[in-house]
Amino acid sequence: MTSSQQYDERLENRRRRGLIFSSLLFVATVSGLVVLITLIVDVVVQGGQWLDWGFLTSFPSRIPERAGVKSAIVGSIWMILLTAGISVPIGVASALYLEEYAPRGWFLKLIRININNLAGIPSVVYGILGLALFVRFFALGRSLIAGALTMALLILPIIVISAQEALRAIPLGIRESAFALGATRRQVIWSHLLPMSAPSIMTGIILALSRAIGETAPLIMIGALTFIAFLPTSALDPFTVLPIQIFNWTARPQADFQGLAAAGIIILMIVLFLMNLSAILLRNHFEKYRLR
Amino acid sequence: METNERDVLMTNGQSVPKDAKVRVENLDFWYGTNHVLKNVVLDIQAHEVTALIGPSGCGKSTLLRCFNRMNELIPGVRLEGRVLIDGRDIYRNADPVMVRRRIGMVFQKPNPFPKTIYENVIWGARVNGYKGNEAELVEECLRKAALWDEVKDRLNAHAYGLSGGQQQRLCIARTLAVAPDVVLMDEPASALDPIATAKLEETILQLKERYTIIIVTHNMQQAGRISDRTAFFYLGELIEVDATDQLFTRPARKRTEDYITGRFG
Repeated sequence: MTSSQQYDERLENRRRRGLIFSSLLFVATVSGLVVLITLIVDVVVQGGQWLDWGFLTSFPSRIPERAGVKSAIVGSIWMILLTAGISVPIGVASALYLEEYAPRGWFLKLIRININNLAGIPSVVYGILGLALFVRFFALGRSLIAGALTMALLILPIIVISAQEALRAIPLGIRESAFALGATRRQVIWSHLLPMSAPSIMTGIILALSRAIGETAPLIMIGALTFIAFLPTSALDPFTVLPIQIFNWTARPQADFQGLAAAGIIILMIVLFLMNLSAILLRNHFEKYRLR
Repeated sequence: METNERDVLMTNGQSVPKDAKVRVENLDFWYGTNHVLKNVVLDIQAHEVTALIGPSGCGKSTLLRCFNRMNELIPGVRLEGRVLIDGRDIYRNADPVMVRRRIGMVFQKPNPFPKTIYENVIWGARVNGYKGNEAELVEECLRKAALWDEVKDRLNAHAYGLSGGQQQRLCIARTLAVAPDVVLMDEPASALDPIATAKLEETILQLKERYTIIIVTHNMQQAGRISDRTAFFYLGELIEVDATDQLFTRPARKRTEDYITGRFG
């Protein structure tokens, strides 16, 4: 009897603790949102007046009224497509090898630890690598392809890790029953593992490419130009990208250029948003496979 | 030595026919350093249902997975001895993909693919290069698995919409589509309610005419209802194998008797 009463007395206290806990979680969420919204409002206030059709269709200029982000937008799109084209197949293939084919052992563990470490290396280090390897050694120059290869190296670990996790999350029963029907490993991968892990792999790719589109340091290291008054016509042409253009404008003392930088940030955010949106739509398409 | 082992195991004066469908010769199996099967010697006859029983951890599921080389998917396992199907060693000079096609398996938890009912049945046949009429094969397999009447109007519905018992029979149909000789079942009814279990058992009895069935079960009444022969395992050793009615009414070993009468297990 007494013990039952004891529990009832504790109940009020437990409820209070639960309330405190959930309030803390709410505050954490709101504080993140507040900072984000402040940032967006500030950028829009500063850059809104510079946003017009001319801004999108003009090349950079010394005169603020005539300056635009045409070459930067086109460069960013080139960059993201090339980076995705290089890093996604290599990343997913590596993950498949590591998870499905590689013999378990210390060597595999070593590779895994190394990939995790690579994901944490500062991007500027990748820039130095890209400069030495792609720009100089392979003599690709300050070209789009040199930048994209560097960027691909930078995001490769993120793609490999997320694809590995996605593959590992597939229930053992699916693999077992597919093998038990006399399927080869390749057939199990193509019919079940890839379709089932596609949504999670896509999420990893979205995150990785979002990072790539915002990266500046490695591209500055390999010598991407800040003033490009023409559009690249091939992967071997010099280029600039939105973050570099923004960085360039913020470095100038005139207030007008600060406004231009803010407008550039808005464009970058819109590009990012569109990219994520299309990736999410693509992911939902794959998700139909899973149902429920 | 080998014949000696057999004499001990084949109690009640039964002899071993030469043409065993599945023959296990002095099989030892390890997970890492854990010795889970110890010198198992066992013959399984064609067109019979053989039940493997014993307390948890006795090695019966491991043995079942030795029959279609499923154990190889787990790293760090080791096997000694031989498993012969129709007199051919399935480990030496044999392709595991071929072995698994001929020795089908139904698992403990119903695990249909996240696809339609139709796709579930036909997938295995397709990956093995089936070139015949797909719709006919799907119907044939679903009929054999006693599921056709329940799903014939919704073959393109998602398999996850079926009940647990239906899913398990779908898994049987899927297995039959690749035309195995032997069907392994690892506690196929343990996740099912009594009505679904009864239906599944009925299906198993029908399949016996065409297939050799080896079933692991925790349920001794089930072993009694559906199996022709029963093998009792304890701590990785085969203690006794005999005709099911013999084993349940007149077990030769004390330990078997203790287990089937519920004194331990």
